[in-house]
Amino acid sequence: MPKVTFIEHNGTAHTVEAANGESLMRAAVDNNVPGIDGDCGGECACATCHVYVEADWWEKVGGRTETEETMLSFAAATKDNSRLCCQIMMSDALDGIVVHTPDGQH
Amino acid sequence: MNHISMDAVRAAEARAWSTPLADLAPADPQLFKDNAHWAYFERLRKEDPIHFTRDSEFGPYWSITKYKDIMAVDTNHKVFSSLSTLGGIAIRDQRADFPLPMFIAMDPPIHDAQRKVVSPIVAPGNLAILEHTIRERAQTILDGLPRGEAFDWVDRVSIELTTQMLATLFDFPFHDRRKLTRWSDVATSVAGPGGVVETEEQRQAELRECAGYFMTLWNQRVNAPPTTDLISMLAHGESTRNMTPQEFLGNLILLIVGGNDTTRNSLTGGLYAFSKFPAQYQKLRANHDLLDSTVPEIIRWQTPLAHMRRTAVSDIELGGKHIKAGDKVIMWYVSGNRDEEVIENPNELVVDRARPRQHLSFGFGVHRCVGNRLAEMQLRIVWEEILKRDLDIEVLEEPERVMSTFVRGYTSMPVRIRN
Repeated sequence: MPKVTFIEHNGTAHTVEAANGESLMRAAVDNNVPGIDGDCGGECACATCHVYVEADWWEKVGGRTETEETMLSFAAATKDNSRLCCQIMMSDALDGIVVHTPDGQH
Repeated sequence: MNHISMDAVRAAEARAWSTPLADLAPADPQLFKDNAHWAYFERLRKEDPIHFTRDSEFGPYWSITKYKDIMAVDTNHKVFSSLSTLGGIAIRDQRADFPLPMFIAMDPPIHDAQRKVVSPIVAPGNLAILEHTIRERAQTILDGLPRGEAFDWVDRVSIELTTQMLATLFDFPFHDRRKLTRWSDVATSVAGPGGVVETEEQRQAELRECAGYFMTLWNQRVNAPPTTDLISMLAHGESTRNMTPQEFLGNLILLIVGGNDTTRNSLTGGLYAFSKFPAQYQKLRANHDLLDSTVPEIIRWQTPLAHMRRTAVSDIELGGKHIKAGDKVIMWYVSGNRDEEVIENPNELVVDRARPRQHLSFGFGVHRCVGNRLAEMQLRIVWEEILKRDLDIEVLEEPERVMSTFVRGYTSMPVRIRN
């Protein structure tokens, strides 16, 4: 199964498996990765699965939808490489992707 | 539970199942005061999850009662408007003669701009700075409680703590802090004999006093360098510094009610829930790490705001029903949070649920509660401090509840600390 690595704000890395078609948020929540809340369960409706995507992977994850753009605009500490990871679906092309979590979800 | 309210619950339950479906009208304040609304929503979720009530004191309205349908409405702000001029965000239409514009009752893009000004103060980074003060104040309140004798938990703990927090956020004169409690109660009240205010004139007069008080604070802050309190942020924020006096008052009321009522009633609701489910409290007592899941579970179980309202601005089909432009649509969070299809044993407080954060109490979409993390932090700190002291708190009587279809709250709950 493809793998994704979440790096916490304090530097701790967590590598977990995610099935193709499964969101990175779901993989994080199901594996108790700290720093990802996913309150809305993947509806792009709460902005509590905010991550920063590492540069090497930015092009491969695709663009934000209008809804994601809006929800992200209410999140704290957003950057150019911010995404809601419930909107990033695992695929073979994303095997090994690395994302960072912010100091808190809001 | 005393006999009167037990009878009221039984009578309401019988009515909930015997009333012809077409006449079922869950938005009855008395039902909520008696805590007797549950059966109405249980029936609607089973028999008519998207339900139309033709006639009520609030006019005709749709009731959305299932978790997934509520999510669909909440995330579709283009069809389901929050605009105050269409009636706003509660089942009782906002009064046209005393408008209180606030960002919760606006649509994008103005909503987005104003929300972004307020949001940073309740973001995780800023909360970390506030945590120490909040904990100290919680400790002082808990250590000052009487032992072995009855007292009112609502007044001594829930109101006192949330009011102190609000005064901190606003940098509001501390000795006057109970004014915030009063204004919060007045803002959500309906005028009437025996109510929080007797007349609409009194209500408006008190809200004008609130506006005047805050205008003084605004003038002080706007002429001083920016600080991290909310009033200073509003006074200096690009999208908010030119607000009209009504907009300023409206947004203040939003922050006072938002930061007061909801957390206050979850603080009471948590203790009440533990009195109903003592084994759950023992589980938490044995493993304090469960607070991470207990806090969102308390917020789900309590659902401090029973509903949010939207107004359809175009025709739409939802679950086979035809909602028309102009229709009033009530998202019953209190029902969605008891939806058996999404939440197992929803009537019970369970401190170690697998996905406790998936609840509707904060809403979803662009209007999702901006202060959710602050609320969770306050609840977490209070329960951490209660657990540290291992306080054995006994609920002596059923709480008195608020007469409202909007705020699910408590006016008093007698308790005693046994140790």
